[in-house]
Amino acid sequence: MTERIMILPVWQLAVMFRSGTLAGVTDGMPLIAKVATSVSKTAAALSRAAGRGDGSVIGGWIGLKIDPDLLAHLAAGRAVALVSGTNGKTTTTRFTAAAVGVLGRVATNGYGANMPTGHTSALAKEGHTPFAVLEVDEHYLGQVIDQTKPQVVALLNLSRDQLDRAKEVAMMAQMWKTKLAAHPEIKVVANADDPLVVWAASGSPQSVWFSAGQRWLDDSFVCPESGHPIERAQGDWWCTGCPLRRPRPSWVVEDGGVFDPNGDWHLVQLQLPGRVNIGNAATALAVAAQFGVRPIEAVHTLKQVASIAGRYAQVDKEGRNIRLLLAKNPASWLEAFDMADQAPTLLSINARDPDGLDTSWLWDVDFAPLRDRPVLITGDRAFDLAVRLQVNQVQFRHVQTFDEALRSVPPGRLEVIANYTAFQDIRAELDRVN
Amino acid sequence: MSTEALRIVWIYPDLLSTYGDRGNLLILAARAAARGIPVETYEVRSDQRMPNSADIYLIGGGEDGPQALASQRLIADGGLHQAIQQGASVLSICAGYQLLGHSFFAKGVQCAGLGLLDIHSDRGETRAVGELRGDIDPRLGLPPLTGFENHGGRTHLGQHAAPLARVTGGIGNDGQTEGAWAGKILGTYSHGPALARNPAIADLLLKWSTGADRLAPLDDTWSEKLRGERFAAAIPA
Repeated sequence: MTERIMILPVWQLAVMFRSGTLAGVTDGMPLIAKVATSVSKTAAALSRAAGRGDGSVIGGWIGLKIDPDLLAHLAAGRAVALVSGTNGKTTTTRFTAAAVGVLGRVATNGYGANMPTGHTSALAKEGHTPFAVLEVDEHYLGQVIDQTKPQVVALLNLSRDQLDRAKEVAMMAQMWKTKLAAHPEIKVVANADDPLVVWAASGSPQSVWFSAGQRWLDDSFVCPESGHPIERAQGDWWCTGCPLRRPRPSWVVEDGGVFDPNGDWHLVQLQLPGRVNIGNAATALAVAAQFGVRPIEAVHTLKQVASIAGRYAQVDKEGRNIRLLLAKNPASWLEAFDMADQAPTLLSINARDPDGLDTSWLWDVDFAPLRDRPVLITGDRAFDLAVRLQVNQVQFRHVQTFDEALRSVPPGRLEVIANYTAFQDIRAELDRVN
Repeated sequence: MSTEALRIVWIYPDLLSTYGDRGNLLILAARAAARGIPVETYEVRSDQRMPNSADIYLIGGGEDGPQALASQRLIADGGLHQAIQQGASVLSICAGYQLLGHSFFAKGVQCAGLGLLDIHSDRGETRAVGELRGDIDPRLGLPPLTGFENHGGRTHLGQHAAPLARVTGGIGNDGQTEGAWAGKILGTYSHGPALARNPAIADLLLKWSTGADRLAPLDDTWSEKLRGERFAAAIPA
């Protein structure tokens, strides 16, 4: 959360209240919710005007202080889909909003502000919309289900991510399972290739399974139900000690496109790179289908999605074409290597609060795919990365700054792969490119 | 040494590998190979027999359920006990360290450990998360320990185990001591790839298992820079 909280004097809140618009979204709400919505929108606008952030957190934070039920009030009357998981949430949310958009206006938290403050800001800002598609941090999924009463919940994957702070992976799956079992009315669109996700969705009577492939397997060697080993062969998997096994998916990614439940194949053309994004796009089509969107009507909308808060953005500077790839955890590093061109590559690692303070995950990533290209390293924790790369037999050079990196590579493509705050630092060097 | 090549076993990576634990296997193998010592590495899954003839055994960190399961299987298997009787070395980390003791707590239940280290573990009131550092037992002749810890357990040492280090930052066993050692068994709460920050511990294991008094020095420039940076970093209160 890069946005700073502004402390506003009381008189300023009063001015904001008088000048706020109460029409549209707030009709039929309790007075306190109307006030909270108005103040929330105004604070977000002030935050943007003051250059403090993109306004995606601050407005919701203030609104929820005034009315703790504001998110529930704002969600009422909308058809809501929630998207959660460890990786791919932001992109899949953006794709889903585009696909559902063929039916009508969609409110969405498109900038990755994925906690209740971000949801509140997004819904307040858009006014009344028939649909809402919200990215949800995996820890908050239960709470946001209670408040927004979604029709659809998409579960993408679960893997290790910031474990010094986060609940361990199996506990997260258990939390999801309990919550979804208590809400049989929700359609759960879930990843058939991830045993933890399948187990979490297994208590739900309305599961829609998709298969988009899964490269990261290290968090699912052991069955979450029985503790027995999970066997894998040719894309299939099954527990050796209990009935848990891969369900038959009705949406399947194949050959750069997706098969829908009718067996029709749709070519998926995207601006975003990598096989993983075809999977995210397919998931979006599956979620949109639960609202009645036919894939053939929506598949062209996915091509409009370009970079997302700097992710996949390309910037031309000093003759270099810089491409930004965000990789937050072992699973997403593997995907980033798959996307990156064989070009000079800058890796940047921090371990600040939003990244998790622990760098041990570096040893869960095999950096060998980078042996065939020039590698530069930087960031707060470049030395941790240096030791890892040395053992991994990847040649590298340490640079102090992004500018030094830029000067050290010849004109042409520079791939940048960075974790969360390192990515934000580099994005700031590039005028906060979106 | 039991055979020509140095044999390193990673115990149950399917159960105990939460935080980059593979790093210790990679580092040991790389440091042996750099000295011209032939190495064979084995990843032994929990549904396989534990060989009793390897030279170094590594056991890592994990969640409560897998920790309890790993302990049950290692007790039933007996291979690790035999290996230690035959003089093998062990590096145990976090959950793996706890389960070498007499007992530990997992999911609120006291579980039997392997009894290979004279320690027992229970739950602390708070979770210990953050930088860990300490001065290692001078008898081991090693530079100070640096690591990252993340555990809810507290560990108490009996008279047949010595603390690995005196804590100078962080919690370790109890805020005073960190880890334990006895014979050729080492245990530490410095989790995950502990050897990345402490290559001298890797070399100690290599000396123990090869019988060499000294090993050829390696270029540890990056490890030294990393250690310097971590010792200089403030420990949050």
